[in-house]
Amino acid sequence: MSKHNHLELSSVSMSFPVKGGEFLALDNVNLKIAEGEFVSLIGHSGCGKSTVLNIVAGLLEASRGGCLLDGKEVREPGPERAVVFQNHSLMPWLSAYENVELAVRQVFRKSMTRQQRREWVHHNLELVHMGHAAEKRPDELSGGMRQRVGIARALAMQPKVLLMDEPFGALDALTRAHLQDSLMEIQRDLNSTVIMITHDVDEAVLLSDRIVMMTNGPAATIGEVLPVNLPRPRDRVALADCPDYNQCRHAVLSFLYEKQKKVETLPRKQSSGEGQETSPSLRKTANG
Amino acid sequence: MSQSIQTHAMARVRHYAAQITPDQLLRSLGLPIVGIMAFLLLWSLAAPNVVTSLGTLPGPADVWEQSGNLWADYREEQQRAAEFIAMQEERNARILEQNPDAEVRIRPYSGATTFVDQIWTSLGTVMAGFLLATLFAVPLGILVGLNQHLYAAVNPIIQVFKPVSPLAWLPIVTLVVSATYVSDDPMFSRSFVTSVVTVSLCSLWPTLINTIMGVNSVSQDLKNVSQVLRLPFLTHVWKVVLPSSIPMIFTGMRLSLGIAWMVLIAAEMLAQNPGLGKFVWDEFQNGSSNSLSRIMVAVIVIGFIGLLLDRAMLVLQKTLSWDKSTATH
Repeated sequence: MSKHNHLELSSVSMSFPVKGGEFLALDNVNLKIAEGEFVSLIGHSGCGKSTVLNIVAGLLEASRGGCLLDGKEVREPGPERAVVFQNHSLMPWLSAYENVELAVRQVFRKSMTRQQRREWVHHNLELVHMGHAAEKRPDELSGGMRQRVGIARALAMQPKVLLMDEPFGALDALTRAHLQDSLMEIQRDLNSTVIMITHDVDEAVLLSDRIVMMTNGPAATIGEVLPVNLPRPRDRVALADCPDYNQCRHAVLSFLYEKQKKVETLPRKQSSGEGQETSPSLRKTANG
Repeated sequence: MSQSIQTHAMARVRHYAAQITPDQLLRSLGLPIVGIMAFLLLWSLAAPNVVTSLGTLPGPADVWEQSGNLWADYREEQQRAAEFIAMQEERNARILEQNPDAEVRIRPYSGATTFVDQIWTSLGTVMAGFLLATLFAVPLGILVGLNQHLYAAVNPIIQVFKPVSPLAWLPIVTLVVSATYVSDDPMFSRSFVTSVVTVSLCSLWPTLINTIMGVNSVSQDLKNVSQVLRLPFLTHVWKVVLPSSIPMIFTGMRLSLGIAWMVLIAAEMLAQNPGLGKFVWDEFQNGSSNSLSRIMVAVIVIGFIGLLLDRAMLVLQKTLSWDKSTATH
């Protein structure tokens, strides 16, 4: 297996049926991700970032093209592509421990003994510094702590790829910074492959090996890919004065606010030219 | 030592007492008392003016008197039953003294059924009907809720049968039970089965509909988690769908139990199944000067039991449901 083809999206298009036709959300997305790479997807709301992630997760099926993981086509969701959802998605009736355990029991029910599974759950809760609150239920935890448990649940599946849909979007700035540091640490230790959706330019530059910038929808696709060659471990305070860091930030900001300025989006031509038609009225429905 | 505990306890009582403002006290205790008094007053003023073939309608005083009589009847029957059993035991002891190998039996006392016995019978019947309805409605609701196609197919049937009165079902149920429930030594009487089935048929709808709605409203995020984990169907139902919909299911079950209790009285009247409904019917047929008062006692008792059943379901809901916020009155 070539290391550079760990995960591959090839000419992925996605259209949704809408009233009076089809809405082309994604058009011809191509992306190759290496093992252990941290990739961020950034773009304005409605550019189809979540759609890309859901296709990799297998929760959505691409209308055209597809996704290969280690040479195998992704057809359905599975624990080797664990998802950290935006709003934690913990079962509200289960404690933090039980939430992680639900995943662990499902994934390792054959390969681990009960005792091993218990230790593995605790190990993953410790990894996100939630060992002290294992018996608490989500409604007894703060937003940041819930998100940690969500990450612990995803990590506990030992996924090949970790998919994160704006994992820190709903958190305050301090908590977010703290969790970003934790995530960098974990990713360094486990060398996981991560795809993360974000709205936050600083977050993208700080965490990523590459930043994938998406054009505005409809028919959104990858606009630019920016490699972030900053040495690791990265320190947010030290980076604030680093010219390379600021250059990366600048590149992303200029893509988002100059090249892809959201307000005056011009209708884009269909690139494939296979008779895909979107009526002018449908173009305005790009959101979500 | 004990004195300090006592003063501490008293301080706490005072602390709580101080927390209750006069305004709260008035609202939670004073106004209900005023309401009940006003109701009793209006009742006692209005009742003597309504003349029926059995005399005027009973006022609160007559009803109180009759409830005392009904209780006295019950105590008397209990007394007689105890004496009857004691007499037999005495006799058996004598027989055994003369012949240790003798076979002795104790016959159950078969005196008149009293009002209190009828209450217990009714409670048993309503619970049987309610359990049957729940056992049917919850699994069906989960299945229908999980499958949009099944829902589309079943929904019209639910909508049509939901508003049907128990009185309409009863003749059909009676005939079907008579035809199908045939056995030489039946465990339950036919009238009991008829009442239970009618109660179930009328009360299962809220549980069914709420279960379907609960299953439908399982959040997409949790369903995604389940998909990512590749939970098998039964695990998905048991670990994700059922806990998610438990609050809604309980709300439905509470509504169902309320309906079951209302339906039961009508079913017992018509099916001549022992219980409060039959008590009311018998008193109506009896037509003595006390009948109206006795029926009124039954009406009030039926109301109180309905209230208690509802409170009991609320307690159960609060104990079992993870989402305490939905368990309000």
